[in-house]
Amino acid sequence: MTTAVTREVSAELRGFRRVQRLAYECAEAVAARLEPGVTEREAARMQREWLRERGVADWFHMPFAWFGDRTAFVNFRVPLQFFPTDRRLEPGMPFILDMAPVFEGCTADIGYSGALGPNPVQHRLTADLEAHRALILDEVRERRPLREIYEDVDRLMVRQGCANRHRAYPFGVIAHKVDRVRPRRFSPRLFGFGTQALKGLASDVLHGHREGWSPLWSPYRFSDHPPQPGLWAVEPHLGFRGTGAKFEEILVVTDSRDPEESAFWLDDDLPHVRRWAEDK
Amino acid sequence: MTLKGARERRVRAGGVDLCVVELGDPGQPTVVLVHGYPDSKEVWSEVASRLADRFHVVLYDVRGHGRSSAPLPLRGGFTLEKLTDDFLAVANAVSPGRPVHLVGHDWGSVQGWEFVTVRRTQGRIASFTSMSGPSLDHFGHWIGQRVKRPTPRRVGQLLGQGAKSWYVYLLHTPRLPELAWRGPLGRRWPRLLERLEKVPRGDYPTASLPDDAAHGAWLYRDNVRARLSRPRADAYAHAPVQLVTPEDDAYLSQRLYDELESWAPQLTRRVLPAGHWVPRTRPDRVSAWIEEFVTAVEGGRPEQRPTGRYSDRFGGQLVLVTGAGSGIGRATAFAFAEAGARVVAVDRDTESAVRTAELARLVGAPEAWSETADVSDEQAMEKLAEKVHTELGVVDVLVNNAGIGLSGGFFDTTSDDWRKVLDVNLWGVIHGCRLFGRQMSERGQGGHIVNIASAAAYQPSRALPAYSTSKAAVLMLSACLRAELAGQDIGVTAICPGLVNTNITTTARFTGVDAEEEARRQQRTARLYGRRNYPPEKVADAILRAVARDEAVVPVTPEARGAHLLSRFSPMVLRALARIKPPV
Repeated sequence: MTTAVTREVSAELRGFRRVQRLAYECAEAVAARLEPGVTEREAARMQREWLRERGVADWFHMPFAWFGDRTAFVNFRVPLQFFPTDRRLEPGMPFILDMAPVFEGCTADIGYSGALGPNPVQHRLTADLEAHRALILDEVRERRPLREIYEDVDRLMVRQGCANRHRAYPFGVIAHKVDRVRPRRFSPRLFGFGTQALKGLASDVLHGHREGWSPLWSPYRFSDHPPQPGLWAVEPHLGFRGTGAKFEEILVVTDSRDPEESAFWLDDDLPHVRRWAEDK
Repeated sequence: MTLKGARERRVRAGGVDLCVVELGDPGQPTVVLVHGYPDSKEVWSEVASRLADRFHVVLYDVRGHGRSSAPLPLRGGFTLEKLTDDFLAVANAVSPGRPVHLVGHDWGSVQGWEFVTVRRTQGRIASFTSMSGPSLDHFGHWIGQRVKRPTPRRVGQLLGQGAKSWYVYLLHTPRLPELAWRGPLGRRWPRLLERLEKVPRGDYPTASLPDDAAHGAWLYRDNVRARLSRPRADAYAHAPVQLVTPEDDAYLSQRLYDELESWAPQLTRRVLPAGHWVPRTRPDRVSAWIEEFVTAVEGGRPEQRPTGRYSDRFGGQLVLVTGAGSGIGRATAFAFAEAGARVVAVDRDTESAVRTAELARLVGAPEAWSETADVSDEQAMEKLAEKVHTELGVVDVLVNNAGIGLSGGFFDTTSDDWRKVLDVNLWGVIHGCRLFGRQMSERGQGGHIVNIASAAAYQPSRALPAYSTSKAAVLMLSACLRAELAGQDIGVTAICPGLVNTNITTTARFTGVDAEEEARRQQRTARLYGRRNYPPEKVADAILRAVARDEAVVPVTPEARGAHLLSRFSPMVLRALARIKPPV
């Protein structure tokens, strides 16, 4: 696998990497402060405040926190159920923190899985995600249509015995494009999503529609096209009987002909990657 | 005495002479087994011999029964207070320094509840396993609550238990019971037990039965009215309790134990599909549960409680699932694992079977194994059955799930195609039922076989002639087998799932088309099933429910249920649907 860390990256990518690291730092800091009795709302507020203190003013989406079987989106029917609730954390419970801050115009979108104390099922799921990270990168480099990659990820999940839970996201996306967001003094939010970021996404949808691609990487026909250059926030989400685990990070897709250069993970020094290395 | 290696001793207690028998190493934890009415300690012979290599097993004849002497006079000699004296005397004699694990059946359990709820035995009882015998005090409160607030449901419960207690009223008549037991009833009892309760013949009941039963009538006369009318208010258990409830108990309603958690805070529930005399009819299961419970209590570790529904029913049972490497089979293995069952995951793909077993352990199976076998291979299945039998024992629940799909017109289906489908879908089920079913039948302690048929078993289709034929055969086989095995308490269930999102679509063969077109159709079908998105987990839930309720045919998805209804009330509609050419 390419180690993006050693790569010379442009100043722009450095900006994205900085905010992604900041977001993961936030996730680790908040995860360390979680204790029995904390509610999802409180965990979301802790993320928000931590990032605000460090200069984050806008969001792609507001921080989410899911506890217990909500990490696997059990019985989720409407998107409103993604928003943090008063569910309290208990010992052994799995949790997922998901946030998408915008910092100095660069967007990050990350997902952090953990558990309060040992949770063997979630540990297994997190370990299983490693194969997905490799699979997605390889197939993007092969320039396979996104819809087919999605189905291959699905098949790998089935082989692993897990359920596809990113299917529950809007449009069932496993990834979506992110981009620069112009800093504004006032940026209202719509259902937890920053309007500036939504505007960017909407204009991508429009462009993509004309050119035959989509900024949403879904199992549907509109994703039946090769990877589009840009930054993709990839979020495979595994579920297994009431326990969920995901990671989310940015995959850089370029128009380079060199396969190594054509796609790479923005950063390889992330908590889940380190955890996999430690387990070995 | 029929118990091998048993050491007999006599213990004096409160004017009677008790016959006590010990098995196993006295250094091990002591398990005291108390028999019921009209029994003697021999009712435990099967269970005791199974427990003897792990525990110090102690049995005694309750006063007036078997080889223990009867109190004089009989009236007033059988009160629970005196029975508690007896128990304490036995416990002090066989295990002076250590508390004992108490197990009671029927009146032994009624006594056990008294022992475990009175103060003077505190510290002498480590755990209590109760079978078919409620605490008379709890029973009294149970009746009181229902009489004071008689909602329709509560009245129904009262009447139900009232009807089941007919023999209690008879036992209160003077002299009549003694005459009957010493006369015709005593002679006929063994045959009645065999006929009505399916208790296998053997060294039980013993020759002392008429006297046991005649003396034992005083158990009822001395205690029932007194306790039911004035139940103790402080009958709280001071030790962990395991409650084993036989589902088909003719004498006790399961509702009696509804509020038991408030009396016994550390309660583990178990349910058995069996009649009243479980120590005789289900010795394997009963002794496994006793062993598990005693070991957990002795180990001081909080017993790991499986979270799944039906964990009271499937905890510790051995479940074998074929085709457990994916789809419905895998989900079923996980569902049983969540219920605390020990799972054997069989698949022809080793890697996925290993994976299933690994995840099964993570979600709650105390043990899980993976085996590689192709169900269509008779020799491989025989080897598997042999191996499972010698290493793990007799399978309690068998799920014949492995199957393959085949689509294509009749004339496009070659005889090879036919053979393949029938080999896996039908012969696989036959081998499973034949090999594992025979083991269940020979053990004679019940069991359950689940065969996964399909909605295609009753919904004809021009696109699936071979597949539907194989599944229809499975459905009929299940029905016939169910009839044959009913007498041995082995249930057989046919599950008809319908369109379920599994990878059967990507492995299914499409005949009469080239490879490229086949791949295209596989993908299209997979997407169709994906859009339908009926999860295999729901089928697994239906399977557990079907086993717990012993259902015959279970269509699962709404379309499968709809087609099942139509097949009975309007098969013409199904025949018309069968003519539709699927859009591929």
